[in-house]
Amino acid sequence: MRPLVAVPAAALAILVALACGAAFGETAIPLSTVAKTAANHLFGAGFAVDPIDAGIVWNYRLARAVVAACCGVALALSGVVLQALLRNALADPYVLGISAGASTGAVAVAILGVGGGLVSLSAGAFAGALTAFGTVALLARAAGSGASAVILAGIAGSQLFNALTSFIVARSANAEQARGIMFWLLGNLSGARWPDVTLALPVAVAGTLLCLFQTRALDAFTFGAESAASLGVPVRATQAVLIGTTALMTAVMVSLVGSIGFVGLVIPHGARFLVGSRHGRLVPVSAVTGAVFLIACDIASRMIVPKQVVPIGVVTALIGAPAFALILIRARRMT
Amino acid sequence: MSLAAENLGRDAGGRAILDGVSLVVTPGERLGIIGPNGSGKSTLLRLLAGIDRPSRGEVTLEGASMRRLTRRAIARRLAFVEQQAETAERLTVRDAVELGRTPHLDALRPFGPGDTAIVNAALARVDMSPLADRLWHTLSGGERQRAHIARALAQEPGVLLLDEPTNHLDIRHQIALLALIRRLPVTAVMALHDLNHASLYCDRVLLLRSGRVAALGPPAEVLTPATIRAVFGVEVAVHIDPEDGARSLLVKGHIPFEETQP
Ligand SMILES: Nc1ncnc2c1ncn2[C@@H]1O[C@H](COP(=O)(O)OP(=O)(O)OP(=O)(O)O)[C@@H](O)[C@H]1O
Ligand SMILES: [Mg+2]
Repeated sequence: MRPLVAVPAAALAILVALACGAAFGETAIPLSTVAKTAANHLFGAGFAVDPIDAGIVWNYRLARAVVAACCGVALALSGVVLQALLRNALADPYVLGISAGASTGAVAVAILGVGGGLVSLSAGAFAGALTAFGTVALLARAAGSGASAVILAGIAGSQLFNALTSFIVARSANAEQARGIMFWLLGNLSGARWPDVTLALPVAVAGTLLCLFQTRALDAFTFGAESAASLGVPVRATQAVLIGTTALMTAVMVSLVGSIGFVGLVIPHGARFLVGSRHGRLVPVSAVTGAVFLIACDIASRMIVPKQVVPIGVVTALIGAPAFALILIRARRMT
Repeated sequence: MSLAAENLGRDAGGRAILDGVSLVVTPGERLGIIGPNGSGKSTLLRLLAGIDRPSRGEVTLEGASMRRLTRRAIARRLAFVEQQAETAERLTVRDAVELGRTPHLDALRPFGPGDTAIVNAALARVDMSPLADRLWHTLSGGERQRAHIARALAQEPGVLLLDEPTNHLDIRHQIALLALIRRLPVTAVMALHDLNHASLYCDRVLLLRSGRVAALGPPAEVLTPATIRAVFGVEVAVHIDPEDGARSLLVKGHIPFEETQP
C-alpha cells in the first residue's frame, strides 16, 4: 500500500476506534454526541450536548481510550523490537519479565517511598524494567544460547520480580492499598485521565518515530547480529537504543495502567501474517493494530460482565494465551 | 580495493587461536585461505571483516585502520558471507538479497529503482532469479548459500570475504561461483577446502596451520606434495594437464590419525 492511502486509512481506523471507545460502555452514548463533544473541546464548536454525557465522554472515556491506544502502540512495538533483536518469536515485554520488573519498580516507589518523593512512578518503573531486562539477559546467557533459554530466563525473571512485588505489598501496604495495587497489577485503565495522556502520548509517539527510523536496522538483524554488523549496522548502539526505548515505553505504560500481557505477542504476529516480516511495513501496521486492539479490549473489559469491569489484562490474556500456544506450535514446525 | 593485516592475532578460550598473521591483499586479487578444520580460517576472515576485534595487530582497508571506520563505512566497501547464517522469519529470497542494500540507504536515500536493478542483477549472477519469490525456509542448503552470496553482491563491495562459499553447492554451481568471483571486479578473500579450487581459481593461497601462517604464495609454490603432507597428513600427486597446462592434485592416500597424534 502507498503511504498516500495507508496514512489516512490508519488515522481513520484509530479515530473510529477512539469514537467507539467513547460511545460504548455501561450506558451507551450515541456517536453523534461523541463527535459533538470532541468538536466542542477541540475546536470550541459550541454544540449543545447533555453535560453529563459530555463529561463521561470527554473526562472518562476519551481519555481512557487515548491511553489505551498509546499502551497498545507501545506494547506492540516493544514486541516487534524484542522479537527482531532477540530473533525469538516469543519475545515480548510481558514474557521477558520487563513488565514485571516495571511493576516492582513502580510499587517500590509508591509503597516503599524509594527516592523520597523525588522519583516519579514512571522513573521507578523504568529502573525496574531495565533491571529486569538485565537480569533476564544475564540469566539467558548463563543458561546457554538458543530460543528456549531466553524464554525460560524470562519466566524465571517474571517470577522473581512478581515475588518481589508481592513481598513489598505484603510487608508494607495496608489492606486497602494492597487491594488497589493487585487490581492495578492486572492491568486496569479505569483510572486513566487526561494528565495520563500527557505522559503516554508523547512516549508512544516518540517510540513509534524512533522505531520507524530504525526499520532498516531491524531488518538487518534477520540473519543475526553478526550479519547486521556486516551490513553496516552499529550493533551495540542499535541494541542499546532500541532496548532502552522498549524498556521506557513498557515502563511508562505499566506505571500508568499496570502490566497488560500478550499485546506484544499477538499484534506483531497478526501484523506479520498480514504484511510480512519486513519492518518498513511491520512497524507502522503493528502500531496501528496495537492501538485499535487495546481500545477494543478495553471496551470488551467494560462490557463482558454487566455492571463489572474486568481488568483489561485478563481480556488480553484470554486472547493472548491461546495465541502464544499457536505461535509455539508454529515455531516448532518451522525448525 | 586493498586489504591488509599486520601481525594479526586473536585469543579465545585461554589460547591464541590466531597469531602473527601478516598479509597484503592487492586490489583485484583472489586470495584463497586453506588449512585443516580449526586452523583459524573463519577466525581470520572475521577479523578481516571487522566483525571480531583482534587481540593483537590491526587490519587496514585501503590504508585506513578498521578500528577508525564506522560499521557503515566498512559495509559499503566490504561484504562478508559467513559460514552459516539462518533465519526463522518468513521472508523471500528477494527480501534477503535486498538486505544487501542496507549500507547504501538512509532516510534521505530510500530504496529505489536503482536498488531493484542491483538486486535483480545479483540474483541473476548466482542463478537465483527463478527462486526470487520463494520463502527462505523452503530453500535447499545450496540455494540458501547462493542467496547469501547474492546479498553480498548486492552490497556492491570492493572487497568480498567468503567463508567456504562452495559449501552445499552442486559441482556446476561450485564452478560457476568460483568463475563468477574470478570475473567480478573485486578483491576476494575466501576460505576453501578444495585444494584444486584454490589452485585453479586463486592468484595466491594462504595456508594456515594451528592459527599461524604455514605458507603464502602462488598455488603452485604453496600446494606442493611435501607441504600438503606436512599440514593435512595427505599424500597427493601433482598432475599437469597436457592440453592446457592446468595444475591439479590427485589424492593418493592419507596418514591415519592414530599415527600423527601423540
Ligand atoms: N570462542 C572460542 N573459544 C574457544 N575456542 C574457539 C573459539 N572460537 C574459535 N575457537 C577455536 O579456534 C580454532 C579456529 O577456529 P576457526 O573457526 O577459525 O577454524 P576454521 O579454520 O574456520 O575451521 P573449519 O574448517 O572447521 O571451518 C578452533 O580450534 C576453534 O575451536
Ligand atoms: Mg570455518
